Amino acid sequence: METQRENSASNLLGGVWCFLRKCLFFVLSFGPMPNHIAFIMDGNRRYAKSRRVKQGNGHRAGFTALTSVLQYCYEMGVKYVTVYAFSIENFKRQPDEVQSLMDLMKQKIDELLKEESIVNKYRIRINFWGNLSLLSEPVRLAAEKAMASTARNTGPVFSVCVAYTSTNEIMHAVEESCVEKRGRIRKGYNNGYKDESVQADNKDSVISVTDLERHLYTSDCPDPDIVIRTSGETRLSNFLLWQTTFSHLQNPVPLWPEFSFRHLVWAILEYQRIYPYLEQRRTSSKEKN
Amino acid sequence: MDLSDEIARVLIPPLQRVQSSKILRFTLGFFWCLLHLPVSIVHLGSYLIKQLLYYMISSGLLQKYQNLQLDKLRYLAIVVESEEAKNTTKIKQLLSWLSSIGVKYVTLYDMEGVLKKSVETDLKSSENPSVADGNAVASVHQERMTVELLSFSDGKGAVAKAASFLCLQYLEGDSVGYNKMEPVFTETDVTNALKAVGHGGPDPDLLLVYGPARCHLGFPAWRIRYTEIVHMGSLRSMKYGAVVKAIYDFSKKHQNYENMPQFVYEHF
Repeated sequence: METQRENSASNLLGGVWCFLRKCLFFVLSFGPMPNHIAFIMDGNRRYAKSRRVKQGNGHRAGFTALTSVLQYCYEMGVKYVTVYAFSIENFKRQPDEVQSLMDLMKQKIDELLKEESIVNKYRIRINFWGNLSLLSEPVRLAAEKAMASTARNTGPVFSVCVAYTSTNEIMHAVEESCVEKRGRIRKGYNNGYKDESVQADNKDSVISVTDLERHLYTSDCPDPDIVIRTSGETRLSNFLLWQTTFSHLQNPVPLWPEFSFRHLVWAILEYQRIYPYLEQRRTSSKEKN
Repeated sequence: MDLSDEIARVLIPPLQRVQSSKILRFTLGFFWCLLHLPVSIVHLGSYLIKQLLYYMISSGLLQKYQNLQLDKLRYLAIVVESEEAKNTTKIKQLLSWLSSIGVKYVTLYDMEGVLKKSVETDLKSSENPSVADGNAVASVHQERMTVELLSFSDGKGAVAKAASFLCLQYLEGDSVGYNKMEPVFTETDVTNALKAVGHGGPDPDLLLVYGPARCHLGFPAWRIRYTEIVHMGSLRSMKYGAVVKAIYDFSKKHQNYENMPQFVYEHF
């Protein structure tokens, strides 16, 4: 009896909280809302250290924070959320830490694909960006399975950057552009004509900026409006360097597991203050190109 | 969760109808302004505290800011909002502050290339002897400080040129067009290609952004992988104390990482 009453009380509270949240988002949406938010989830290990728990628990707390933040973002109508989960540089850490992170990732990917998860609730499409061949076999397979099974979802997009660095992404785009160029030249030879752009005076324009952008992992995704790096660090750490020309870079002080609803609302308010300037820059740059 | 969805389902549609009504839209706008009020108050408070701190730093009241350790700061970059970059006096003043602090290498960037036109001609016409022009990059030696001038075309455009360079190299080894090998490049290849096409500058350790927003505005992506990015406010209201504080904070942070290899302190 007691627990039943407790359950319905907490359900009611949860319902009221959700309603209040939606009202707040409604008021927020009077101003411009971001379409794409990127997060650098920094501070899990420091969180674990400050709470004197094992490092793995810091990452678990980080994952909990991630699911809440995703929920809030999608409730607000943010269509694209990207997170920096694991950098190529992080492979240089202690092997047992890397292994436990990989295990955690696989476990969480499997959880996300279950029926009752947030992915199915919002019909989320999941992307994994990065050099996936660097991942261990089970994680890579789980990631590919997640991408395949959500590929046809029409809801918001959740992109996870794993085994990723921006310079690696750009280098990969250069490789792909070369392959595409080679393919076009071969077709040209087969059709009996030479590709003009390979001649000496056009050597700078063999590959254009548009060609490169077509081969980035983010080609079907708009540029981030906001990039939030928690724990107050000011670096981008090789994350989306190409795509953040007009992104508002924010670095709130809380550690990632502490990043909560009010921090997200504050981030949106900060973005809304600066939106007119960024939008003006974006449109004038588009006009020039 | 079901209960909340029910409540939302019942109440949100009328709220959406609200949007079409002028009076109720006005009310919504009022609440939105109310929501922004705490943010504005915090910004104002933080601005006042910073102005006080900068004044104390400039007048030498705070001892610890007097001797800056510059050994970790080899390359400094400055991003300026193009409209503000037209104010050449402020730019020159900033450069002279940096020179007096002892910074050896400064990269100035603005999206539209305003700085390239104004600063370069200015520095050329003054008594400084050597001016070196690279493709889209001008290097001017001012006293003991090297100033590099960049614009948007030195970012994505430069990478495209480097990519073209690598692609041509790859295709030249593939003369008949039927070579089976896939192109395999490394990041070092791209770095070397950037140097080869005249866009190989050093990676800045610290980037100061002068403008309304903390935004790198297209600074060459290849070079800001691990650069600390600090927002300084508008160029019009720039303060010497702010520059000193930014450099001091940078040197303090990197002192803690002195004995660690560079990427180990990347937390997640």
